Order: sequence, then structure tokens, then C-alpha cells
Amino acid sequence: MQTNEPVSVGASGSARQNVPLTTAALAGSPHRLRKENLISKLMYGAALVSVVVSGLIMYALFSEAWVFMRDVDWAQTWGQIGWFPRRGIYDMPTLLIASFWTTLIAMVVAAPLGLGAAIYLSEYARSSHRALFKPILEVLAGIPSVVFGFFALLWLAPNVVANIGGAGGRGSMVAAGLGVGILTIPLVASISEDAMAAVPKSLREASAGLGARKAVTTLRVVLPAAVSGLVASMIVAVSRALGETMVVFMAGGAADAAVRTITPYDGSLTMPAAMASLASGTDQVVGEGLTFQSLFFVGLVLFLLTLGLNLIGDRFVARIREQY
Amino acid sequence: MIVLLLVFVSSIERAVMAFTTVGAVARGGARRGLVGTSGFAKLRTDIAGGLFKFLILSALLASLLILGVLLIDTIVSGWSQLSTRFWDFLNGSLRSRSIDDRLGVQQGLYGSFWIGAIVACTAFPIGVGAAIYLEEYALRSRLTATLELVIRNLAGVPSVVYGLLGLFLFVERNTIFGFIGLGWLVDATGGRSVLSAGLTLSVLVLPIVIITAQEAVRAVPVQLKEGAYGLGATKSEMVRTQVLPYAAPGILTGTLLAMSRAIGEAAPLILVGAISGGLTNNPELWDASALREKFTALPIIIVEWVSERGRDPGFADAAAAAIVVLLALVLLLNMTAILLRNYFERKRD
Repeated sequence: MQTNEPVSVGASGSARQNVPLTTAALAGSPHRLRKENLISKLMYGAALVSVVVSGLIMYALFSEAWVFMRDVDWAQTWGQIGWFPRRGIYDMPTLLIASFWTTLIAMVVAAPLGLGAAIYLSEYARSSHRALFKPILEVLAGIPSVVFGFFALLWLAPNVVANIGGAGGRGSMVAAGLGVGILTIPLVASISEDAMAAVPKSLREASAGLGARKAVTTLRVVLPAAVSGLVASMIVAVSRALGETMVVFMAGGAADAAVRTITPYDGSLTMPAAMASLASGTDQVVGEGLTFQSLFFVGLVLFLLTLGLNLIGDRFVARIREQY
Repeated sequence: MIVLLLVFVSSIERAVMAFTTVGAVARGGARRGLVGTSGFAKLRTDIAGGLFKFLILSALLASLLILGVLLIDTIVSGWSQLSTRFWDFLNGSLRSRSIDDRLGVQQGLYGSFWIGAIVACTAFPIGVGAAIYLEEYALRSRLTATLELVIRNLAGVPSVVYGLLGLFLFVERNTIFGFIGLGWLVDATGGRSVLSAGLTLSVLVLPIVIITAQEAVRAVPVQLKEGAYGLGATKSEMVRTQVLPYAAPGILTGTLLAMSRAIGEAAPLILVGAISGGLTNNPELWDASALREKFTALPIIIVEWVSERGRDPGFADAAAAAIVVLLALVLLLNMTAILLRNYFERKRD
């Protein structure tokens, strides 16, 4: 009894009145119980910090974005020449087009490379090769995004983008997209590999037993079985690419403001890059009346987009767990 | 993206199918005695499977190649600064010309050091506490499931958005719902200060700490816990004597990874207001009053120097040198994390 009593600390008050007195006596010193109670409350408080943070993020975004949405001249947010927040021109399509291009280019890089690496590591690699390659991919995952921004602007732009039709000397959406793509390779690889590792070995053995070759087993048995995890990895990667700031800020080829363009070889600002460039350069966010609030409005749009994608991705991940 | 994935997979599959068909014809031929031995069938298998293996192996190698090019290019560019004046570069400060003898990253190193320290002091205890609550104390209820969902989603929030939160809490004087004033936060942190930046980043890495600590706590064998209860331990005593020592390597690894993430993060710092131009005074490392002053950090210096390269091309190399310093720090933290984990795991066995 003594061992069980402190476990139900939360309910101990009422429980102790209902059970015979002897149990209460066995429950130990009240000092010890008080300490237990305090510690469990502290832990609960620590867990609640994340809820408070979520609440504060939502409040901050909605309250400031609300001021923007209430006061802005909506004609300035659509069909203008570009994103000039300091002059009161908030053309959202400019940012959305840039976000679309960089994310698309990033996924063209990250999807095949990340998925291929994951298939190799999960299905083909010997354990010694896995032990060699996995830490290297983890190193890639740990590199800060400013490094990819530098690399995209000063190596990818002159050496890669210049060879596929773009300008080498400055940043562009292509350069930024390639940089973001490299950044998301380890993310795609690790989630996809986890998904494939969750496929039971018996499925592979059954397939091999029916005479299927390794490649056929991988393509027809393992990948379909892991498909929800693979989809999840793509969704999470898109969400990551949409939210990536520094690579686009440094290598996107536009600072402070951007003219609307649909050519990916031009420079432009994605949503997070627009936020960063609004806040940088000067000590304060200065400009026309609503410039500061526009920061939060763009942040809200970005937040809702990535939240939606993450929730969908979460569903897919949960599905693998259910299946096996 | 899903379409793209399907196109990618189906094109490979079609290639494999084509080979299979070729194989079937060849097999028929072999049966009729047109093609000689079964060696051909073996060759056919090798081509199809080998092509696929080659494709995915090249995907992996391409990723590694990119990593190699990135590292080599950065080190080569930064070499001019690092080889000739390594210590001067570490001890120097922000300057307006790249050939300045006193150019260096010291202010950024101090800023990043303090950010790492603040993250360790705040995100670590809160994150571990939350993880222990979720794994040991919380009932399997809908409330707990919601809590875990909130944490997972926080981990996916873009880092700039955390910057907005920092801006809202620590820089602007705001009031929530018209009566919860937040001005005291601005007074306590000093506004655009390293303290604000550190707190913002510890909020950013909190979900990472919680999730890794949760995994470590979940791995503690139930026998250990029951043994502790059997000896009369209370829940908190059981956690202190069994769960924490067993989970320590995992928790430590997660915290170090979170710190390395915080040190490399730039976007939230820009929003919270890291200074990119240069500081008026150059504080000592242990000067605690500097915590509430204007600051800069290593990633911010890199961004600043990259943008200055148009005016003074030498800054591109200075930025590369700063990247080498940043990468050394980040990789050192990551490697320490991995080595510590391995050491503790060996000791446990």
C-alpha cells in the first residue's frame, strides 16, 4: 500500500478520507507527500509552458495581423507591381509566387535525392555502410541555414544556376530554391527511412519467397507499404521549405522589396524572407503606418500554411504507427 | 509534390518493368533453345536490379558530394583569413573594411556563447520537466494527447515566427487582452538584447528538447521503475534515482543538439533585433550587465558580411572564415553529443 499511495498524488486528498486510517498512516510523512505534490505540479507547469507559448504565438500573430487587416487598403495587397512594404504596397502574390517557386525547386532537388538516399540506406546498404553514411547525413542536417545561404549565393549561383540559364553573379529564386532543397534532403531522408524501417521484415521475406528480385520487392512491396510515411516526409519537407528564411534572404536576389515576377531566374522575396528583410537593415521596423503590422500579417499566413501542412503530415505519420 | 514523387517512382518502376518484359522474352527464347545458357537470365537480373541500385546509390552519393563541395568551398574561401591570422580573427571585432587587421568575430562569439548558455539554463530544465510529466505523470487522456500534438506542432513552426513572438514579447510593449501587461518583460530583458534573443531561441528549441527527452525517458526499462517502487520510493524519488540516470545520455544528447541548433539560428535574431552594423562598446565575456545590451551573434555576422561583399569583395572570404568558425562550434557540439551518448551506452551495458 505504501508503494501505491504516493503514486496517486493528485487524488490523495479524497482517497485518504475514504480508505481506512491505517493506509493513511502508511502513506508516510505529510512532508514527503507535500514534496511529491509540489514536484508533480512543477512538472505539470513545465509541460504547460509549450501550451502558453503556442497561445502567445497565436495571440501575437492574430492581434497584430488584425490591425493590418482592419486598416489596410486591400487594393494594395493584390495586383500591385510588387512587395514594397515601406511604401505601403503589400502585394501578396509577389511573395506567394516566390514561395511557390523556391519550394518547387527545393522539392525537385530534395525529393529524389532524399528518397533515393533513404531507400539505399534502408534496403540496400550493408550495416557498415549505414554506420558510415548515416552520421554524414546527420551532419548535413545539423548545418545552420546561413551556411546554405552563403553556399547558394556564392557557389551554386555562379557554378550551377549560371549553367542552366540564370545569372551567376547574383541571387535568384533558382539559387535559393536549390539551397533550400539541399537543406531539406536530410529531412526527407530521415522520415522516409523511418517509414521504410517500420515495414515488417516478413513482407520482404514473403516477397522474396515468391521469387521477386530485390528491386521489385523494394518498389512493389516496401514502398507501397511505407507510402504514408513517404507522403508525410514530402509534406513536412514542403512545410520546412516554405518556412526557410535565411537561404532565401541571402540568396534570393532581392533585399527589402521585390518586384512581382513569375520568372524563377529573377530575384524575389518569399514570405519568411520578406519578414526578415523588413526587420533587418535598420534598428527599427520603420516605414509607412502599417509596415510593422504587415510583418505579422505575413507571419500569420505563413504560420497557418505550415500548421496546416504539419497537421496533415502528422496524420500520415500516425497512420504508419497504426498499421504496423 | 506527391505527384512528383509518384512520377519519380513510377518512371523507375516502368524501367524495371521494361527489363522484366525483355527478360520474359529472353526466357521464352531460352526455353525454345534460341538463347543458350541460363547465364543470360542472370545477367538480365543484374541489369535491372543493378540499375535501380545505381540510381539510389547515386542519390546518396550526390548528397554527400554536395556536402563535400560545401565544406571544401567554404574552407578554401576562408583560408586566407584563417591561415594567416587565426587568433586575430577570433579576437577581432566588426570593421568597415575587410583588410582591417582588427577584423574578427569576437562579438559574435560572445553573443552566441551567451545564447547557448541561456538556452541551456532555460530550455533544458523546462524541457526535461515537461518530458517527465508527459511520460511518467500524465494520464493517457485526451488532454495529454492534445498537449503532445501542441508540442509536435510547435516543433514545425518556422523559426521566423518565433522571431515574431520574441519581437512581440521582448521588444514591443504589448498588453494581452487589454489587461495583462507585458512591459515588464521589456524592462527585464532590455529590449533588443542578448537576453531576449536567448529566451526566444530557448522557446524555439524547447520542442526539440522535450521530444528527445521523451524518447529517452520512454526507453527506461519498467523493471527499474518497479524495483524502485518496491523498495518504497515515491514517484519523484523513482524518477530521480532511476529514470533520470538511465535517460541522462539521451537527454544530454538532445540538449546539446538543441544548443547547436540555437547557435546556428539567424532568422529569429534578425527579428528580435541583433545588430549587424557594429557595437559601440565591446563587452567582456563575463560581463553580465552586457546581457541586457545590444548584441550580435555569429550567424548574424555571416549574413552581414555576405551582404557587404558588393562594396568590399574581401568580405566574402571573411564570411567564409566566420562560417568555418560557426561550423566548428556546431559540429563540435554535435560530435560531443554523439560521443557522450556512445560512452554512456557502453557504460550501461
